[in-house]
Amino acid sequence: MLSYFASLNPLTLLNSLPGAISQGMVWGVMALGVYITFRLLDFADLTVDGSLAFGAAVCIMMIRSGVPPIVATLVSFFAGAAAGLVTGLLNTLLGIPGILASILTQIALYSINLNVMGKSNQPVSVDNYNLVISLRYVTEDPVKRIIFFVGFTAFLIMLIAILHLYFGTEQGQAIRATGCNPNMARAQGINTNFIKVLTLMISNGLVGIAGGLYGQFQGAADVGMGRGAIVIGLAAVIIGEVLFGKFASKRRLYLVWTLISVVLGAIIYYLVYQFVLWLKMPSEDMKLFSAIVVAVFLAVPYLRDKALQKKGGAK
Amino acid sequence: MADNNNSKYVLDIQDVHKVFNKGTINEKVALNGLNLQLNQGDFVTIIGGNGAGKSTSLNAIAGVWPVDQGRILINGNDITSLPEHKRAKYLGRVFQDPMTGTAATMSIEENMALAARRGQVRTLKWGVGRAERENFKEQLATLGLGLEKRMTSKVGLLSGGQRQAITLLMAALKRPDLLLLDEHTAALDPKTAAKVLEISEKIIEEHKLTAMMVTHNMKDAIAHGNRLIMMHEGHIIYDVAGEAKKALQVSDLLHKFEEASGGEFANDRMMLAK
Repeated sequence: MLSYFASLNPLTLLNSLPGAISQGMVWGVMALGVYITFRLLDFADLTVDGSLAFGAAVCIMMIRSGVPPIVATLVSFFAGAAAGLVTGLLNTLLGIPGILASILTQIALYSINLNVMGKSNQPVSVDNYNLVISLRYVTEDPVKRIIFFVGFTAFLIMLIAILHLYFGTEQGQAIRATGCNPNMARAQGINTNFIKVLTLMISNGLVGIAGGLYGQFQGAADVGMGRGAIVIGLAAVIIGEVLFGKFASKRRLYLVWTLISVVLGAIIYYLVYQFVLWLKMPSEDMKLFSAIVVAVFLAVPYLRDKALQKKGGAK
Repeated sequence: MADNNNSKYVLDIQDVHKVFNKGTINEKVALNGLNLQLNQGDFVTIIGGNGAGKSTSLNAIAGVWPVDQGRILINGNDITSLPEHKRAKYLGRVFQDPMTGTAATMSIEENMALAARRGQVRTLKWGVGRAERENFKEQLATLGLGLEKRMTSKVGLLSGGQRQAITLLMAALKRPDLLLLDEHTAALDPKTAAKVLEISEKIIEEHKLTAMMVTHNMKDAIAHGNRLIMMHEGHIIYDVAGEAKKALQVSDLLHKFEEASGGEFANDRMMLAK
């Protein structure tokens, strides 16, 4: 026991923090996409496991064939959006239940990603290409590290600002109304099927761009990189809500604070992840860990409400 | 207006049939040859027992599901095959459940802005305009509920009566061709129900709306509107308007109802008055 604790080096943990935070920020982009479907549209969309890898595959293959990385990153948005379109059409046009429709797209994308990449893994080295982001910017050079954190924070702020503005427009409000009360939305003349497809495209577009960024960040696109992505996205959304939800709900710019808390949720997830790895939890058990984290954070609000109800009933 | 069907009525329902769960053990004939014509400014109240087809009629007009047979026209436009969201431009709707008519997680002004764009394409313009915010404020003030001071409050925080009042304002905001009130006071306490009914009457009067109101309360059905219809087994069995309607007593309606249902008065919800 003692030798176990003696083998833990706090310095290793400290050194791994910038990497964990940067990874959390990249996944934060993806978590924003998950928030849009899961909370605003009230649609459990499992497409993201596929669209993340699809975004990465398209982006990395384009970079490898000489397309400027910034352009390839933007294209990964449209790759993800195309995946969302398929799920949306399966659901609204063919009447397949949402969860099942998204699983179908996800499975189909596995084959498509293999076709796009030609094999299961395609590297892209920061030495040969002028990548938008890379883990090596964070780990190797203090100046590049600062540039990465400042630049990526600015990108996240811009993204949240755009989402805030969009969800304040007529169209954005139609999305929120559809998610909150589809009967009311239809009574107000909103084509809820169209809105669903549109929202799935926006959400998966964000997930696709996150995939493109993450592929560059880790230096490769991998056909399995999206596996369990939805769980990480949900973990980020729910950790953000449990920790900062009360704070956000009292603010005037409620949506902005909620989106910020979702990104923070992703960062916290990766900090905890890094901490557990540091405690020498085997890396093959990390998916189990992710599932437990999400289950616990999903259960907390429910159990809290139930306990409150019991207390209220006893009076 | 594309008037190629030569209907002079605001609402023209022609021989509409609807069967739910056809061919199963739960088969239910919901509408069985429904015919109804409404003139501009008609305010008709609809009564009848459970399963008589009152709410089903309103849902058929609103397009919640397609009808099996027959035609529905609004001001000469055949809407029979239009999906629900495309019919919305003709209709204002208030539902029985106060939760149904508004989006709980959105603010009062956002809900009203959604209603102000009923039947329009949703663009990337800002959702609530400055000028219309003032208009919403004025309209809310006429309710006398103090809601004009809570424009940015989430609708989910309001009481059922307040939500129904807002839904009524929303339904009338774009001056619908037809206002559908589906037992919209049934879930409220008597005092609130009376207030919401009073607001409904005022809005219909003020904008000279054509309206249909389903109710279980016979006194309300007699006291409001210029026409009353009674439904039974999916069609209209009694239709009375003008002076004859004004002279109606609750006992007349009870009598009519017993006649229709074979003398047996089985419906506990058909109460005299609250």
